[in-house]
Amino acid sequence: MIPTPAFLANPERFMAFSRWAAPMFGLIAVGLAVVGLYLGFSAPEDYQQGATVQIMFIHVPAAWLSMFVYACLAVASLLSLVFRHLLADAAAQAAAPLGAAFTFLALVTGSLWGRPMWGTWWVWDARLTSVLVLFLFYLAYIALRASLDDEAKAARACAILALVGAVNLPIVHYSVVWWNSLHQGSSVFRADGPAMPMVYLAPLLLMSLAYMAAFGSLWLVRIRGEVWRRRAEAAALRAARG
Amino acid sequence: MSRLSTLLARETALAWGRGGGPLVSVGFYAGVATLLPLAIGPEAQRLAAIAPGAAWVALALASLLSLDRLFERDYEDGALDLLSLSPVPLELTCAVKCLGQWLATGAPLALAAPVAAIGLGAPLALAPLIFACALVGGLAFAFTGGIGAALSLGARRGGLLTAVIVLPLLVPPVIFGGGALDGYVSGLGWSAGFALLCAYAAAAVALGPVAMAAACRNALA
Repeated sequence: MIPTPAFLANPERFMAFSRWAAPMFGLIAVGLAVVGLYLGFSAPEDYQQGATVQIMFIHVPAAWLSMFVYACLAVASLLSLVFRHLLADAAAQAAAPLGAAFTFLALVTGSLWGRPMWGTWWVWDARLTSVLVLFLFYLAYIALRASLDDEAKAARACAILALVGAVNLPIVHYSVVWWNSLHQGSSVFRADGPAMPMVYLAPLLLMSLAYMAAFGSLWLVRIRGEVWRRRAEAAALRAARG
Repeated sequence: MSRLSTLLARETALAWGRGGGPLVSVGFYAGVATLLPLAIGPEAQRLAAIAPGAAWVALALASLLSLDRLFERDYEDGALDLLSLSPVPLELTCAVKCLGQWLATGAPLALAAPVAAIGLGAPLALAPLIFACALVGGLAFAFTGGIGAALSLGARRGGLLTAVIVLPLLVPPVIFGGGALDGYVSGLGWSAGFALLCAYAAAAVALGPVAMAAACRNALA
């Protein structure tokens, strides 16, 4: 984990790497998603869930990514706070809207899946609630970033908030599980079977990899955009000074 | 030590005096507690079922009210610069500020909480527990709220931003306190929720000032 940021910490090397890595990840994502979706939609219907089981291939990877992106955000924030590295801050800034988008996707598809399966759009289940709180954390991060004008200060304030969130999110998760078990047994989520059959597992894993690659590609594109924006700003300042 | 007690006296006096102090928080709390039955309907049974939870969540909201002035005024008039230069570590200063905030708004709210809960129809025997929960929970609200207040220093629309930052952080104490009250009413036992609330408050008191001080240094830099 550490050698990769060390190699990419040099902006020149990062720009050279991301120039071809971003489209490559994008192509990988599209390829994996095409295969995964084909396998997923040609998989036999579940004997209990019918065709709605196919929502899983969209929903579950999004839920995984929502947590994975927060981990990326927290690591980037830590690096930006400790080393005051601009690229790390750009990475954290770029990850937040992507994470919010994945979390939103997980919430919406989960709701669409819940309607035919549980007969309700929303239940205050432990997992649903903690994902909703995760979404609120993303929103708070984006709101803080948007309302501080000084970029250097915004970077550090947001990094502190991301780390506070990283400490708090596990507590939120366990508190919600505790709360849920206090109120009612987990009646909506049956205990999962020992293993998912391969016809479902294979497309699910392919879709997860596709989501990961898509996130990697979009993340790199957004960091590149941020680097270009800062370069343009610096050039404008230089030009203004004459 | 005398430095700290002077600081605590200053912070408590400021929190007590600025913008109405505890009166505003308690007034807001009374207003929310009055609006609830108007929205839900006056049936005693339905109200009694939600009374402890409603009193508890209104308390969390009322504790957000005066947060935006916690650091903002000292930041604007330069007192925060002086405080950061003093031999007292900024972490300790932040902790004392939150303690003053708790004394000036958390404690009065804790006195008002049982009244509101009973007015909504909670059993009278719940009063000591909701007072204790409000007292401990107020500590957690003040110290997590301080993080949001310190982070939004220098921001446009700081007050609203503080609420957006702090509300997700308040999920665990709201759950634990609500769980303790609910456990008492339903006979499931309140000790687990109350112990978890105390644990969260202790963690907030220990870790919150570190984040607050880092945020203040960043704002002052």
